[in-house]
Amino acid sequence: MTDLNQYNFAYLDEQTKRMIRRALLKALAIPGYQVPFASREMPMPYGWGTGGVQVSAACLTPEDRFKVIDQGADDTTNAVSIRKFFERTAGVETTERTAEATVIQTRHRIPEEPLGEGQILVYQVPIPEPLRFLEPRETETRKMHALEEYGLMHVKLYEDIARHGKIATSYAYPVKVQGRYVMDPSPIPKFDNPKMEMAAIQLFGAGREQRIYAVPPYTSVVSLDFEDHPFEASKVDQPCALCGAGDTYLDEVIMDDEGGRMFVCSDTDYCATRRAEGHLGALGVPAEDSAA
Amino acid sequence: MTPLLDVRNIAKRYGARIGCADVSFDLYPGEVMGIVGESGSGKSTLLNCLAGHLEPDAGEVLFDTRAEGPRDTVTMSEPERRMLARTDWAFVHQNARDGLRMGVSAGGNVGERLMAVGARHYGQIREQALDWLERVEIAPDRIDDRPSAFSGGMQQRLQIARNLVTGPRLVFMDEPTGGLDVSVQARLLDLLRGLVRQMGLSAIIVTHDLAVVRLLADRLMVMKSGRVVETGLTDQVLDDPQHAYTQLLVSSVLQV
Ligand SMILES: [Zn+2]
Repeated sequence: MTDLNQYNFAYLDEQTKRMIRRALLKALAIPGYQVPFASREMPMPYGWGTGGVQVSAACLTPEDRFKVIDQGADDTTNAVSIRKFFERTAGVETTERTAEATVIQTRHRIPEEPLGEGQILVYQVPIPEPLRFLEPRETETRKMHALEEYGLMHVKLYEDIARHGKIATSYAYPVKVQGRYVMDPSPIPKFDNPKMEMAAIQLFGAGREQRIYAVPPYTSVVSLDFEDHPFEASKVDQPCALCGAGDTYLDEVIMDDEGGRMFVCSDTDYCATRRAEGHLGALGVPAEDSAA
Repeated sequence: MTPLLDVRNIAKRYGARIGCADVSFDLYPGEVMGIVGESGSGKSTLLNCLAGHLEPDAGEVLFDTRAEGPRDTVTMSEPERRMLARTDWAFVHQNARDGLRMGVSAGGNVGERLMAVGARHYGQIREQALDWLERVEIAPDRIDDRPSAFSGGMQQRLQIARNLVTGPRLVFMDEPTGGLDVSVQARLLDLLRGLVRQMGLSAIIVTHDLAVVRLLADRLMVMKSGRVVETGLTDQVLDDPQHAYTQLLVSSVLQV
């Protein structure tokens, strides 16, 4: 990894970044539309979010402050690797604080703290095509998007209800963007769907599938549903055991071999910030004690 | 009265070979037209040209649209044609697998067209699916089963339900009883005849099986080598065939 220093700013050459930026601008101009792009080999496996990494590389400037989260956490191997990658190749400042970051690359979550104008949220996307589940032919799904033939999305939800008695899709829950394109929000929990109507720019990169799409600030993002089975941004009906927050997405954590478990904020920065402010959950300890 | 479908001089070639040529006919609302001939006679090519699956080299297919009256479906835009295909038209394939989503439950298969035109109430979609399963004699407790668990006859009945649920104004059928056992065919034919009568369906049925058109079709077109060699009321054509080829077709049925 030492010779990464010899590469261009943020690893990719300027021509590639220009190509990706053109795709990003097109994606922003047509919210929710999947723009093909020539995905480059990155020095990491596909499963590590090479699509998101390329989008981040095309967006970063030397003045940016970069944050990476993986399932809400800043400290997973994946998040740490990507953060280090850009520390080395772009020399940008990094942070774990959502509010301080200008570019946030994410896998599977939207931060709890509302994002503002001037921030960019970059999603790592494994499968960009929401219609893929029922229609494997790419030529046909393209046509369905072009002609707004989205009945099939509701067939998927119908099947869910028929099988489980309710819409059981809890991740990658399909949305309609600005009343036009149906979009896969990447495997974020459906709890996060309502947050997608935000002030920040949202960019989505799928490396293996070579697609980029985007949601500009203040764009309407509506989760698909039925009149008699309305969309619900559901979560575990408990407060965070550490910070006591009642309105955050929770991860279940096994505590010991006896099957003890607790639910804690999946957004580690949000949880730590709340504890630092003095909020305490049932099993929480004051912030200074858990600083390690 | 405006014909529902006004077909004028349809022709389709495959290189030097004629798929079909100079085919013209009218279809009025509530009428069932049978198109018979051997394989290679051009009847399937013609059906696919009429239904917008193939682009004819010449000719017009004027369909009496709800909004704008007769429109040539050959020259209309693809989005308009696809819209027709999922609203006013229906297409029953010979092989049910081509017309069903095998990975989706029977209810989902029937409900798809409803959802495609904007139905967003799960309970109502399910109610209509149940109603249609009953009409095609599929037990209600099979609604959540996938068609892969159904017999060939059931799959074909499901395909028919899936197509008729939105009350299409024109149904294209390509050998709807083909590939089924004789006893299964008979049951399907009875069912189709009942639906055609109850709903006053307008349909174009392509088949090599004269028993099918005898039961279902008001009028008949006999095709040979891509051309129509005889047309008329079904009973007239079958009981008193004029063209030598039709006579051959009819007699070969009698021999079976
Ligand atoms: Zn917490």
